[in-house]
Amino acid sequence: MTGRGDVVTLAHGSGGRLTRDLVESVFRSAFSNPALDAMGDSAALPRVDGRIAMTTDGFVVSPAFFPGGDIGRLAVNGTVNDLAVAGAVPLYLTAACVLEEGLPLADLRRVAASMADAARAAGVAIVTGDTKVVEHGHGDGIFIVTAGLGRLREDAPPGERALRPGHAVLVSGPVGDHGAVIAATRSGLDPAGDPDGGVRSDCAPVHHLVDALYAAGVRPVFMRDPTRGGLATVLAESARAAGVTIEVREDDLPIRDGVRGVCDVLGLDPLYLACEGRFVAVVEAADAARAVLALRAVPGGSLAASIGSVIPKGPGPVLLRTGFGGRRVYDTLASDPLPRIC
Amino acid sequence: MCLAVPMKLVEVTGAAGRADLGGVRRAVALDLVPGASVGDYVLVHAGFAIQVMDEAAAAETIAMLREVAQDPDAPPGPPGDGGPG
Amino acid sequence: MTGHAEWRDPVAVRRLAGEIARLDPGRPVKLMHVCGTHENAICRHGLRDLLPPWVRLVAGPGCPVCVCPAAEIDLAIRAAKAGAIVTTFGDVARVPARTTLMEARAAGADARVVYSVADAALFAAANPGREVVFFAVGFETTACTTAAVLRSGAPRNFSIIASHRYVPPALDALLATPDIGLDGFLLPGHATSVTGLHAYAPLAARHGVPMVVGGFEPVDVMVALRDLLARVGDGRGEAANAYRRAVRDDGNPAAMSAIFDVFELRDAAWRGIGTIPGSGLGLAPAHASRDATARLGLAPDPAIPDAEPGCRCGDVLLGRVEPEDCPLFGSACEPDNPVGPCMVAIEGTCQARYRHRGHA
Repeated sequence: MTGRGDVVTLAHGSGGRLTRDLVESVFRSAFSNPALDAMGDSAALPRVDGRIAMTTDGFVVSPAFFPGGDIGRLAVNGTVNDLAVAGAVPLYLTAACVLEEGLPLADLRRVAASMADAARAAGVAIVTGDTKVVEHGHGDGIFIVTAGLGRLREDAPPGERALRPGHAVLVSGPVGDHGAVIAATRSGLDPAGDPDGGVRSDCAPVHHLVDALYAAGVRPVFMRDPTRGGLATVLAESARAAGVTIEVREDDLPIRDGVRGVCDVLGLDPLYLACEGRFVAVVEAADAARAVLALRAVPGGSLAASIGSVIPKGPGPVLLRTGFGGRRVYDTLASDPLPRIC
Repeated sequence: MCLAVPMKLVEVTGAAGRADLGGVRRAVALDLVPGASVGDYVLVHAGFAIQVMDEAAAAETIAMLREVAQDPDAPPGPPGDGGPG
Repeated sequence: MTGHAEWRDPVAVRRLAGEIARLDPGRPVKLMHVCGTHENAICRHGLRDLLPPWVRLVAGPGCPVCVCPAAEIDLAIRAAKAGAIVTTFGDVARVPARTTLMEARAAGADARVVYSVADAALFAAANPGREVVFFAVGFETTACTTAAVLRSGAPRNFSIIASHRYVPPALDALLATPDIGLDGFLLPGHATSVTGLHAYAPLAARHGVPMVVGGFEPVDVMVALRDLLARVGDGRGEAANAYRRAVRDDGNPAAMSAIFDVFELRDAAWRGIGTIPGSGLGLAPAHASRDATARLGLAPDPAIPDAEPGCRCGDVLLGRVEPEDCPLFGSACEPDNPVGPCMVAIEGTCQARYRHRGHA
């Protein structure tokens, strides 16, 4: 039972005293940093030494809380990762929240705390934000829209059009964890029922893994985080853009047993399930072994693997080789098997 | 949806149970498998256990497969398991 | 039991392929399976590539969503438009019957996806002021779950559109159709775990055609095919069990008794195929009040076509043509834009073939 003081109300979004109190008590105190604490309409930031990278993202995941994370943690890490895979060092985030009238304040505090923890862990600052409230029934709990700003490395990856036959394709860890957790939760499965097994969202920042690649002297040709649509979609889109095919060895794909279990029960394909703490990297063949070792030496990268290579354009953008010597084509889907995954 | 998967029963409370596959758990209705108990493997389809799996038969099949895998001239398997005859 | 490695051991699979190759009877052999999950498994693992050239393994009408007449899907759409909450399995919502449940939902009709008929009944309990209809599609594997819910006392506001089908009569009809020319059946593993192998022994004997029930992992399929081809070669018209860990001779008696308490066999239409005697499960008189179409005053519309022009789902379902032989396959008809049910249903043959295509 929630009393009037326990939930978000329309007055919280009106821009007056209640808004300021909410922002102060929930967000500013959690995110506190010099730029934010100045509480200006815009954040005044130090100079950035080099080119700037910017990204923006909207987060509408349902359910907002899931094993391994919540919408807040997702918002921070998702934004950080978009910058990281572009070859940028993530620096600053914005966070605009659209709240539904009736959202329990306890839930909002949990989300804010998650965002603050994730920002600290990723070494970024949430420097400005906005809060709006919509009537009950007009917004599902909480939506978060972010922008991220980072410093682009000098040797940022040239991008998907630079893919060439012979390049090696790596993945930083097991695929499909986040999508499997969301699918499982929505269909009444308990993804983390067994403390020793099961599956949790892989929601995590990846820029320290990217840093490890650069530190090892690897210069990725292309990187992307496989969120909506999963690994198959990222590979298919980039292969199409470059006019090549990516051949994936099914036996080399890291997939957790719990994810396989969820997929078996629900009839899903792990290659199309979202990851929120992984990235794909395409590197020169000669760098592949060194890159995998560099990733495996870093927390979060212990199951990194080389999973395939770029080949001349074939019968489809992605070709999966099965353990029996068979092969099948993967392509992008018109619609995600799981709406509101992130 | 004819997808059915083997899952291990970890809880039984009358006609309701919970089954596990790789650490992922779900509620399963046990109306159609009276007598199923904790530890049994059941075939789960659309939220219901529709059959109790025969672990002895599974073990025999695995043993037969290992023979097949190890020796190209291995005999097809013990009689009564559907072998070539 | 559930570890993947043993059931997918590539060495065992290849050795079984070798055993199959040695069973060459010196003439072409045409086998049929009747389970979309088998087709998905076969395509996913590229198992047809491992079979010798004298074997042709076709997919039959093993997709209950595909064989559901368009007029019955239309009933579900009209039930939603009439104000009932219609609950279905996911792929049913995208099957075309002039329009789809998904399109009706986008236009405001209340249609929801459920993973289990039990969830639909719970939904009815939670919404006592609304009629909640479950579109009961599926073979005996699913029919037993619908029966269990109705037998254990579902809420008063819960009703079903009874579209379940029963597999053994379909095999009888296929074997009686001369131009299909089948030498053997790979029986559906999970449907047969409900009915039991004994449902097929008389059919096999009467038609003199062997039938072997198989599971769905790669080795399960190869073992079943090996056992089936051995019997084809010897001319043994019998039913045999290559999925003993899930299938018993008498199946699941509790499940079968639930089915035949709640339902009774009727002649039924299979989309694209025609009427197969005794192949449909209609509500028995004691449960007739659960008929959603009676409650909502809906009668099937005979004008709804089962197939759009050019669609060859009917012939694909009978194993007369391969999906690749349909002129619409992969061009006008693909999973994102399906013309017929075989391309959109999870167990549709065209869907399995399209998603797992791998050849130039």
